Amino acid sequence: MDFVTRGFQGRPRGRDDRLPPGQYLTGDFPVLSAGPTSNVDHDEFELWVATEDGTRHTWSWAELMALPAETVTVDIHCVTSWSKLDTEWRGVSLDTLLADVETAADFAMVHSYGGYTTNLPLEDLLDGQAWVAYGYDGDDLRPEHGGPARLLVPHLYFWKSAKWVRGIELMLEDSPGFWEQLGYHDYGDPWREQRYQGD
Amino acid sequence: MTIPDGPGPTAAYDGNLMAGPLSELFALDVTVAVVRCRGCGADAEVATLRVYGPEPGLVGRCPGCDDVLVRVVRTPDAVWLDLGGVTSLQVPAPKR
Repeated sequence: MDFVTRGFQGRPRGRDDRLPPGQYLTGDFPVLSAGPTSNVDHDEFELWVATEDGTRHTWSWAELMALPAETVTVDIHCVTSWSKLDTEWRGVSLDTLLADVETAADFAMVHSYGGYTTNLPLEDLLDGQAWVAYGYDGDDLRPEHGGPARLLVPHLYFWKSAKWVRGIELMLEDSPGFWEQLGYHDYGDPWREQRYQGD
Repeated sequence: MTIPDGPGPTAAYDGNLMAGPLSELFALDVTVAVVRCRGCGADAEVATLRVYGPEPGLVGRCPGCDDVLVRVVRTPDAVWLDLGGVTSLQVPAPKR
């Protein structure tokens, strides 16, 4: 009797399984921006988290660097249809940054140097799903890709991974960010192809 | 004629009345329109804005202060326009 043993062993998830609907693979790292590239020096960099009662937590660059860092390898998916597999980032988990922050908020507005904003449910920033990333592919994160630090939330379309991150505003009510105000989806799950409002 | 304070049910007309003027406006070459920046007050022809994009959307910024003046997104079934960064948009029109 013949057995097809490969089926019993399982197999690594193939490239096709990792590509959300409507996406194509790219080996490049396209640069999309809504404004000029921010050049933020480390000595002027400050990351803040503000809670709904106005309490503010801040980290200088040195303080951010002193926090435990993680290296993660993730797939990223841009709403303009490119996806890039196995990208390697280094940064601080939002679980670490928010560990001592007391809040009843359900939502977050992420603010960037240059004025960009994007909104997310707070639960999507927790439990190992989001980082403030300052390294890419073994090097410092370059300014055109959001350096010195950007948000990394790889399970949502990449416009949610705000470049040049400077602050996270915790909110009791949801509020649309820069692209969410102008027709893009509030949540942006690539696996449900939530590109635009109504998707 | 008195203009009521803020939006409310006392408005005499709805947005349909704006259809004519708006269609005339956007039938023109809007790149020659002059917009006034809400941030710095400078006037700029739309053609001179600093524009980023085209994806995920077009972002036109003030050549003076880099504030966002105009944003346009084309979704599969709609055009979204934000002029929140300008206090006025001036378009040349025939003398009357």
